[in-house]
Parts: sequence; structure tokens; C-alpha cells
Amino acid sequence: MENTKKRYWKGIEELKNDINVVKNADREFNIDNMEGGEPTHRRDFLKVLGFGMAAVTLASCDVGAPVRKTIPYLNKPLDVEPGIANYYASTFVDGSDVCSVLVKTREGRPVKIEGNKLSGITGGGTSARAQASVLSLYDNEKLKTPVKGEKAIDWKSLDKEIKAALAKSKNVAIVSNTIASPTSKAAIAEFTTKYAGKHIVYDASSMSAIREANATSFGAAVIPGYRFDKAEVIVGINCDFLGTWVSPVEFSKQWAKTRRLSSAKDGKRSMSRHYQFETGMTITGAAADYRSSVKPSQEGLLLANLYNMVASKMGGTPVPASKVEVAYLDKCAKDLVAAKGKAIVVSATNNVAIQTLVNAINGLLGSVGNTIDFSTPYMVGQGSDSEMSRFITDLNGGVYDAVIFMSNPIYEHPEYAKIAQGIKKAKLSISLSDRVNETATLCQYTAATSHYLENWGDAEVKKGYFSLMQPTITNIYDTRQAEASLLTWADISGGDYQQYLKNNWNSSILNGGKSWVQSLHDGIFEAGSTSEGANNALAFTGNVASAVASINSIKSGGIELHTFENITIGSGSQANNPWLQETPDPISKVTWENTAAVSQKTANDLEIAQGDIIKISVQGSEIELPVMVQPGQANDTISVALGYGRTAAGKAGNVGVNVYPMISTVNGNLSYWKTGVKVEKTNSGYTLAQTQTHETVMGRQAVVQESILSEYVKNVKAGRFEPKIATSEGPVRPYSISLWNGHDKKNHSWGMVIDLNTCTGCSNCLVSCQSENNVSVVGKKEVARAREMHWIRLDRYYSSDADITDTWSVGGLSEMEKASESPEVVIQPMMCQHCSNAPCETVCPVLATTHSSEGLNQMTYNRCVGTRYCANNCPYKVRRFNWWKYFENDDFDFHMNNELGRMVLNPDVTVRSRGVIEKCSMCVQRIQLGKLEAKKERRRPVDGEIETACSQSCPTGAITFGDMLDPESRVSKMLEVEREGRAFHVLEEINVQPQLNYLTKIRNKDKADAKWQFVHTDEDNAGAHKDEEPKAHS
Amino acid sequence: MEVVSPIREKLITGNKSYHDVTVDICRHVEDKPTKEWKIAFGISLLVLAYGSFWLGKTWWDGLGVWGLNKTVGWAWDITNFVWWVGIGHAGTLISAILLLFRQKWRTSINRAAEAMTIFAVLCAASFILMHMGRPWLAYWALPLPNTFGSLWVNFNSPLVWDVFAISTYFSVSCLFWFIGMVPDLATIRDRATGVRKSIYGALSLGWTGGARSWERYEDVSLILAGLSTPLVLSVHTIVSFDFATSVIPGWHTTIFPPYFVAGAIFSGFAMVQNLMLFTRVVFKLQDYITIEHIGLMNKIILVTGSIVGVAYITEFFIAAYSGVQYERYAFFNRATGPLWWSYAMMMSCNVLSPQVFWFKKLRENIVVSFVIAVIVNIGMWFERFVIIVTSLHRDYLPSSWAYFTPRMGDIGDYIFSFGFFFTLFFLFTKFLPVINMAEIKAVMRSSSEMKEEPEKVTA
Repeated sequence: MENTKKRYWKGIEELKNDINVVKNADREFNIDNMEGGEPTHRRDFLKVLGFGMAAVTLASCDVGAPVRKTIPYLNKPLDVEPGIANYYASTFVDGSDVCSVLVKTREGRPVKIEGNKLSGITGGGTSARAQASVLSLYDNEKLKTPVKGEKAIDWKSLDKEIKAALAKSKNVAIVSNTIASPTSKAAIAEFTTKYAGKHIVYDASSMSAIREANATSFGAAVIPGYRFDKAEVIVGINCDFLGTWVSPVEFSKQWAKTRRLSSAKDGKRSMSRHYQFETGMTITGAAADYRSSVKPSQEGLLLANLYNMVASKMGGTPVPASKVEVAYLDKCAKDLVAAKGKAIVVSATNNVAIQTLVNAINGLLGSVGNTIDFSTPYMVGQGSDSEMSRFITDLNGGVYDAVIFMSNPIYEHPEYAKIAQGIKKAKLSISLSDRVNETATLCQYTAATSHYLENWGDAEVKKGYFSLMQPTITNIYDTRQAEASLLTWADISGGDYQQYLKNNWNSSILNGGKSWVQSLHDGIFEAGSTSEGANNALAFTGNVASAVASINSIKSGGIELHTFENITIGSGSQANNPWLQETPDPISKVTWENTAAVSQKTANDLEIAQGDIIKISVQGSEIELPVMVQPGQANDTISVALGYGRTAAGKAGNVGVNVYPMISTVNGNLSYWKTGVKVEKTNSGYTLAQTQTHETVMGRQAVVQESILSEYVKNVKAGRFEPKIATSEGPVRPYSISLWNGHDKKNHSWGMVIDLNTCTGCSNCLVSCQSENNVSVVGKKEVARAREMHWIRLDRYYSSDADITDTWSVGGLSEMEKASESPEVVIQPMMCQHCSNAPCETVCPVLATTHSSEGLNQMTYNRCVGTRYCANNCPYKVRRFNWWKYFENDDFDFHMNNELGRMVLNPDVTVRSRGVIEKCSMCVQRIQLGKLEAKKERRRPVDGEIETACSQSCPTGAITFGDMLDPESRVSKMLEVEREGRAFHVLEEINVQPQLNYLTKIRNKDKADAKWQFVHTDEDNAGAHKDEEPKAHS
Repeated sequence: MEVVSPIREKLITGNKSYHDVTVDICRHVEDKPTKEWKIAFGISLLVLAYGSFWLGKTWWDGLGVWGLNKTVGWAWDITNFVWWVGIGHAGTLISAILLLFRQKWRTSINRAAEAMTIFAVLCAASFILMHMGRPWLAYWALPLPNTFGSLWVNFNSPLVWDVFAISTYFSVSCLFWFIGMVPDLATIRDRATGVRKSIYGALSLGWTGGARSWERYEDVSLILAGLSTPLVLSVHTIVSFDFATSVIPGWHTTIFPPYFVAGAIFSGFAMVQNLMLFTRVVFKLQDYITIEHIGLMNKIILVTGSIVGVAYITEFFIAAYSGVQYERYAFFNRATGPLWWSYAMMMSCNVLSPQVFWFKKLRENIVVSFVIAVIVNIGMWFERFVIIVTSLHRDYLPSSWAYFTPRMGDIGDYIFSFGFFFTLFFLFTKFLPVINMAEIKAVMRSSSEMKEEPEKVTA
């Protein structure tokens, strides 16, 4: 039979029986040899493999190789594994807010900011603004191309036109905020040299008076290094150093170090004493032991008085100053003197006389060289008010042919009108910004800048402490970083800022201290200051008498307007970030706008109330703002946050009212307060979008437990409230009786310890959680309807003057609802407590919320039918319901409504659909990842390896997460010490047995001054429960 | 002391013959709809249409159209649910318990009361569906075999108990209502022609009116009455468990089961009162639903109203006596907090207003009865609102305290339930016998009181 089997040929050559093909038919590769020499031998396999590996590794190590194009996954990038995150070190900079960060990228897109634990400045802490910055990367209202006028232009033509224009210009001005980047400054310097230009630096919240005063007081025009960690007595005067001033994340860390306590046998039982004198209530004031409110006009006199008190005690010469009545001032002076050498006095007020007095006091107390270190000055706040005002005059005088704005003075400078006029006189005006902002609208060109996560860069927040920035994603739009534009226009380094940066680091920063690659990997290079240690104990050489004379001339009277930067929006540069807009102010709890904060007394005097709109007018300018009655606000003052009222920020950012125009220049420096303000009520019935509307804790000691240091030293359980339940065997602790069998926790028991003593309310955890867990933004209207979605909130309670034991009368209870005029404040982070006897779990009809074998209370979104019974039955009210569909919905036009914005979503966490409940999962996705990593390596997870979003970047380390079954974990160790000390469960008596523990708040305050009522000091405890009635609680 | 028992008033007035009864009751089924009925039904349809628009919006857009928030997770939805379930209570009470107690006066009103029960339970059920975030998955609350894993329901959850309680109640009520209607449907069938005859014929299940049928009918009625008697107590007891088993101060209360049952009967009777006063005028049934009936109903309203009054006061006493700070505050807040007005509404409508029925004159006054019945239902709505909202809005952590303000969605969906209820009720009054003819005939007059002329026995 004929062979019908088909035949296949490797190619036409085989069919034709080509001689070469036949010869090599049994060889796999029809090549003579690979290297051109000897044919590759079987035995060379490992050699070749090894070489290949090394070559690939070397190639990949060279981070210098710029990725210029998006690589399709057809050729998978070496270090991008789908599903596995990569971390790159970078640096977030926003005015004073500088944080070394790690950027988590997934499949090539940044999704989360983490703190960089290597940083000596922040120690792994971040700020709320740093956390939110990743969202600004995906802001679809940014410029997509550079623009000329209102039309898009390509970079080539833009560069050509600008270069031509610059060549013709005589004087070029570059206007910016403080630039903390040494390389950026070098580039600007080269640019200005080439074009005979000038670099003018100003800051929205100016610190120029501090440097001026330091120049005369200590001969160094710098912002010195502050060491709150070395201080035993800290005095802040209108200085929000934990929130916004100079280096808040670092200061929070330092401050917390002095506040941490341990109930261990030989544990630390001492803490700093913190006095705060301020106009509006800030988180720093809330965290202080003693806080007094003071009008801005009184601040100078207060300092003069303080100086006199300190001087008289230390043998100095008092200066004539009229007396001011401010609570705790005497005590403060006494404590300062007692803590000589370990005291620090700081003020943020931009007034040379005031800063001179601060210096004088610090000089007397010997703080300089101890708590104030002139050898490691800060590089933030370098703006000069006088230079800026000279620039404005010059600009209007037609001195500058070309002006380049790297900041947004039309919005954030009080002389915006003059600058606007001046811009028209310049022949060339360029704005380097990421959007057509208020300044850019007046400029001829806007050279669209990239986001810092797309940029190369560096920062030197403190002398000798460097931090690097590297791109974590290719430019999303056709943008270019500002420095590259300047280099291009000045024909330096071919416009290649990356190379320029590397060169600058190698030549003038690293100095052989560390390799560039290592620095880039670490994100930081901290050589410290070369002069550290030396030149430390500078003597005060300022003139106190003239400072006091200047202070005596400050006029007071009438209502005073005080402006400040708040912790979320700051100067307003990140205003178009919906996460930040929706983050409640930690004190007022207002979102999405700024308010006119007044004290209750002033509100009564002015016949205004919360919900009214008032017109505030002073010297011709006027603004309208909603009233916010703020306990602790100085009487006869109105505090208004800066950073709001932008007109060109975008959909989310154009909210609130701009108060920058209310700032005036006094004695050459910008003055952030004004006297003689007229107030007029224009409307009423307005609802502020507050996430918390109740002020006090209503005497509920099972919620917040606190005491004072002297009591704590006597008894580590001071302030603890330990309810007992009556049984036939006598009163017992609630946990000893239960209807439930409990859950087996065989392997892990995840838990947390939250230290109320070190939590400042900075809100970093809130934004970090929002970013990690894809928590929806709901907008102002929905927040006003009490429907915000945050998984962690910062409960803020004011103390009340009422008798908290009077729970029997209606009058007593309504009295208790009112906060003290000058309250003590407790901030309590509150999220799902992961109860072991969870009330939510028993009531869900469909088992959508269940208990894990590791102590977690789990939420299965897929199974949820949305009865909300669990939310109702949650004693902590931490469950959140999706009232609407918050993504792809034009009613919620935030980042989840556009494709670019959705890129920020964490792929590990489900975006919840409409109609389901959600809540804190204790970052179960991170726990799972950590467990899997450990499992791959056949070991147990090590403590610290798994961190929740909130605990990872807490600047003060107030939140500690870990496995309570691991005896070596920090959580276990802390609880071992504190279980019979400061640790308590919120609402212990209902026996839900949370996995979250809180540590009591301890204030370093004298018993007579403590506003919190000590109903349950330990002696009282014994008696208080003797005759307690049985409590029926399942 | 000498006690003279009063002579029992006649249950049916107007010297009706059996035939009169048949004609009177069948008239409205057989005649063209009256003008009054058309107007009332038209209004119900309009209300239903408007309500349906909001219902659609709620389902389409989500529960954001309501005024709920992170703290107050239930408000009008569950208030309406409990309110309608409560109203539904009177039906079984009248048909089952009063049957067992041989309260013959119930015969005039039991049919309509049972119908009302069924419609009210349907309204309540609509709120169960409506209040869910994802109502299309409502069947997950049923213990159905499934391929999800297999996922079962949570038998610990009072909401699952609710599902059982309400569905049982609904099925038994339907059964009771329908079985009771069979002889009357047969009567209508016998009088009807054409298509109507076939429809009513099918519905009457081949009823012959034979003695054996009657005997079985009586037995079934008794058995069903026996079965549904515990339901009267169980349904609202279980509904009250939704609250009583929780940890929320103001909800976590052992008094709830009896208190809820009393309240349910209270509101149910008030609703029956309203409907009956309306029906007797529209369908000219004054001889069947007499002043005597109205007075008896009012007595029950007075008793149950006073029971809930005692319950309200007991709650306060227990809150004070418990020594639990949160419990005590919850009740202080109820009476004096931001929602004090709802508490005041509840107290005055439920406890004070029925007290007028101590006076016979007022008890037997039709206008007063109607007005008080309306007030009682308003009061009972507020009772549920007070329990749900004032307990939730200020619970353990003052940081989360919030206020509740209803939005149009809340109101629209409530309006829907009214439209739904009245549309069904008016359809019932038009197409089915509103009074139980067979049982009425049994309680009319004893033979000793017969008139001269022999009874015309026509069915």
C-alpha cells in the first residue's frame, strides 16, 4: 500500500535537500558558534548562565538608565511582577512638610506612600498631605501639555520661543517658594547666572522674621534645628509645631519621645511639660498639658512678661512692659527656669520683635546649644518678605523683562493685585506649574510641570540631611519637571536634570560618603552637618529693650482676625486633592471649607451662632465665612484657615474663602493677624460639613480614660475605669462571665495598642487608610449628612465644666454637653475594634460579617445585602454603608469618576459597590501578604514585618500593630506591661472584648489645674463599685 | 351586691332577614362601582403612582435618597415596617383569638380585618425589601440550598427570625382569610352569571353548602384559629427581638416582647376602626357594623393604649434603676433630647388620647372614634420612630452622635406603602364580600325572636 503519511519539512531548504541543512539536521541551532570563537560547550552552560545573570543584574542596577518609553508587557520589564509591589524611595515636599517616603508601585503605577524608616528626620512617619500626594499624581485637571496663552503648544516650539525671548531679556526674575532642594537651587543659580537673573523666594506662611531675629540675636540668619526631644519644658506660643510649623513630622516624633510612658517596673514615668499659648485651637494646643488662649495682639506682651518673669528669677534685667493676664504664665515661667538648659520656647509669629524676645528667653534659659541647635539649621522657610516686596516694586517699575513663576503668588501673596499688574509689564512671563493656576492665567506661557512622583529631585530639609526623589512612573501627560525646563532654556546639561542631579550629588553632596546607587535605594543621605557640635552655644546679642518697645507699640482692641495654615490643606497648593479636602480638621472636624472660628463668648457678644454666615471686613477688604464656635478660641478673635478659596485649583479645590488678601505687611514682614475687624451677620441656617458634631464625652469614663502624671507615678492604673458586674459570687470583671464560647485563635491574634498620650491627631493615619483601602470620597453634601466613609476617625472630646456625676438631672446632662471655655482635649483614634464578641456578627442575617481564626472581624462585601443591622448594633459606630455608588458616578465627580483617578486604587482591595457595609479590616490584605511571604520562607512572620496602613506611617508611633500570640511582638510586650497599667478597652463593660487596646492619656499637670474629673482614681474605685447595681449585659 | 347582667345588644340591627344580608353584602360586588368607590380608588392609584416613582428611585439610585447616616442606620424604613406589621396584628387577633373566645361580635369585622392584615403585612414586607442595600439579593436571607459554597443563613440573627415569623404569619393569614371566604364566594357564585360565575366558581372550590362541608369548614376554622393564636404573640415578639437582642441602649430591653404585642394590637385595632368606619359609610353597612362594635373596639384600644403607657413608664423606671449610664442617658435623651418632640407625640397620641374612651358617650361617637383611631396610628408610628431613631442617634460614643432628618425618599416610600395598601383594600372591597355573610347569619337572631313571617331562605 502506498505510504499516505504526510511529510513536514522544517523549511524549503530541507525539501530541496540543501547540503548544509542535511549536515546540521540534528543540531538545534543552525549557527556555527555563538561567540564567534569556540562553539558553546555543554560544560560552559553554567559559565554563560552566570555571566548572563551578572550582566542582567548589573544592567538593572544601573537605575541611571532612564526608561523613556512605556514598555508593553509583551516584553515584561524585569522588576515588574504583576501582583507584586515595588517600592521606590522618594521625597514629598510641600512647604514645611518634607517627608522621606517609600512609594509603593503596582504594575508600574504608584498607589501608596509609606514612610521611609531610614530617614533620621521623620523616622518613617509621614504627614496627611504626604499620604494624599499620590492622588494628586492622578489629577486629571492637570495640564496635559504646555500652553501658550490658552492654546496648547509643543515643547519644541515653546523652548524655541522662550529661549529667543530670554536671549533678548535683560533682567530675569525667578519667583518661587522656599526650595529645599540643593540641586534645584544649583540649577536656578546657573540659570540666573546665564540670564543675569534673580531668584526671589517668598513663603505663603513666612518665617522671614525668625531668620532676621536670629541674625541679630545670634548672628546666624537661619532657622535653627529644634530639639523638642531634649526638652523637659516646651512652650509654644502661636506655634503649631506638631501640625504645620518648620518640620512638623520630625517635631511630632521628638515631642512623642518625651511623652511616652511605661508601666513596667523600671519604666519611664517622666514626661515633658508642654505649655501652649495660642489664639485658635490647634492640635499642638490640644496636645499640650497647659493651654491658654491669647489674642494675637497680646502675644508680644505675653512674651515680654514671660521674659521679665524668667529674667527676674535668673538674675537678668527686666524690661518695662505692661502686665497681661494669661492663665498659667507664672507657672510656665517657674517651670522654664527650673528646667534650665532643658527648656524650649518657640513662636511662629512672623514678627522680629516677638522672635527677638523668644530668642532672649531661650538665651536666658540656655536653650541654645541644647534644645536649639544652630549647627543643623532647617532649609525650609527661606523666603524673605523684604526681598519679595522689593521684587513687587521692581516688577511694577518695569525692571524685569522676564519673570518665571515656580509658585503661585497671585493666589497666596497678599500683594497679588500689584503682582498681577506687574506681570503685564514684563515682556516674557512664564509659569512653571502643573495646572493653569491663578498665576499661570496671567502668564504668557505655562510650562506644564510633572508631579514629584514623575520627577528626579532632592531635598535638604535640615542641613546635612539629604533626601532623594526619583520617578516612579513615566510622565502621565506631556509634562516636564520645572528644573528640566530651566536647564533646557539655559542650555545646561542638555536639559537632562537626572544627569545634572547625579553629577551634583556625586560632586558636592555625597563626597564619597555613600554611593549614588545606595543613596537612591535608601532615598536618603544623612551626613549630618559638618559643623555639628561646634558653634553651638551662641550667646544672645539681641536688643530686648527695643523689641519690647516695638511690642508696646502693637495696637490691640476690637475683634482680631487671625489666619493660620491648617494641617490638611496647608498653603493650598494641594487644594485639588479630594482626600485632603475630606479629611476633617482634627479639632473643628470641618471638611471641605474654612470657617470663621470664634469663641462662645465672642459669638454671644456679636450675636452670631454656628450656622450663620458673617461678613468680616477690615481695611477695605471683606470676606464672608460660616461661623464655627470653637472652644478654646481666644475671646474677641476670629481664626480663619489659609489655603482655601482657590479659583483655579480644580473641581475639588475651589472651595472655601481665600484669606491671603487679609494679610498685611507690618515692619517689613507679613503679619498674619489684623485688629479692628468688623463683623456683620449676613445669613443663617448654614450647615457645616462636620464629621463630629458633639463636643464632649458626656462623662463616659469607659470611653476615654485619663489621668495626670503625679497620679500615674503613684499608681500606674491611675485614671483607669474598671467596671464590675455583680454576680452571686460578688462583683467581677466583665470578661469573666460570658454567654459566648469565644473564638479559637490558634495561630495569630492580631491586635493593636493605641497610645492616647502620643496621638496628636495629625490625621496621617486617616489619609493613609483611605489610600490603602480605596475608601470613597463622598463630598461636602454627604459629609454634612454624616455619611463620610473613613474607616478610621479621630474622635475629639473637649472637657466640660459640668459635674460629670450629675447624670440624674436634665440640667446636668445638658450642661455636660457644653465644652469648657478653655477645654482640655483628648483625641482618640477610633476604628473597628475587632471585637471577639462582636455584636455585628450575631445580627447579620446572611453571615456577611464573621470572625476569623486570627481575631479579625471580617467583612465579606460579596455576601452583604445591606440591612445595616451590623452598623446599628456596633457600639463604636465604625461601620460605613455605601449609600450610593461612589465610583463612575457623575454625582460623585472625584477621582473614582475618571480613568486616571482610578489608577490610584489599590488593586489588593475591592472597591465596594453600592448597598454594602464596609469597615476597617486591619489591612487584612497586608496581613495576608506578610503571612504568605513568611510561609514561602518557611518561618513565622516577624513582628514589624506586617504593618497596617495607619501604624506604618504614624509620626509619633502612637499606633502599634502586631500579633498578640507572639510573645516577642511589641504589642504583646506592651500589653504585658500595661495590662495592669494603662491599657484599657473602650466600653469594657459591654464585654465585646476588642482586639484593640488603648493606653490612658496622662497629662503632666498639677491636680489642681486638671479639668478632667477624677472620679475614678484608684482610691475612689474601691468605693465607687461597692454598692453598684447589677448590670444586665449580655 | 346585686348584679344585673345587661341584656346583650343585638349584634345586627335593622331587622335584617337572611336574604337582606346576602343582598346587602353582595350588592357592592355585583353592582357597577359607586362614585365614592371610584373617587377613593382613583386617589389610591394616584398615591401609588407617586410612591412608585420614589420606590423606583430608591432602588435605582440607592438608599442615599433617604435621610439615614453613619449613626442612624434605620429610621423611617424600619419604623414603617414595624408599624405596618403592628397594624397587621388586629386581623389575626380578631379572627383567631376572638373566635376561640366565642366573641360573636367579631363576625362583622373579621373579614375586612383579615384583609387589612394581609395588605399591611405586604406593605411591611415591601419595607424589608426596600431597606436592603442590595434588594435584588433579598433571597439570600432565606435558607435555600445554593451553590455559593454552600452558604447558609445566620440563625443567630433576629432578622432571619423575622423572615420566618413574617412569612409564617402571612401564609397562615392568607389561608385563614381565604378559607373563611369560601362559603361567601359560593354565595356570590350562585348569584352570578357568565365569566364572573366561572371565576367565583373556581375560587369557591366547589362549595356545596352541605352539612358535611359546613362541619369541616367549622373544624378548619377552629384548627386555623388554634394555629394562628400563638402567631399573634410571636410575630411582634420576634420583631421586637430585632431591638431587644442588640446592645444599643434603648433597644436592649426585655420588656419589648409584651410591649410590642400590646402596641401592635393597639395600632391594629385603630386601623381596623378607621377602615370599618369608612366602609360602613361607603357601603351603607351601618346595620352590620354597629355602634356596639365601635364601642367594643374602642374598649380594646383603651386597654392596649394603657398597657403601652405602662410599658413606657416602666422603661423609664428600669433605665433609672439599672444604674447603667448609657441606658439612663438613652431615656433622658428620649424625653428631653433633640428629638423630644417625637417622644411628646408618642406619649400624647398613644397614652393620653385613648383616655377619652372612658366615657361611653365619646366611645360611641363615630367622629371621635375615627379621629382618635387616626391619632393612635400616628402615635404608634412615632413610638417606633422614637425607639429606633432616638436610641440610635445618641448611643455609646458621643463622637458619633448625629441627628436624623428625613429626605424626600423617606417620605415618598412611605407614601408608596399607603398607595399600595389602599389600592389593594379598595380592590378587595369591590370584588370580595367585605363582611362574612355566612357567619353573620349565624349570629343574627335566635329562632325565639323570629318575626311572624317565615324566613326567606335564599343564599
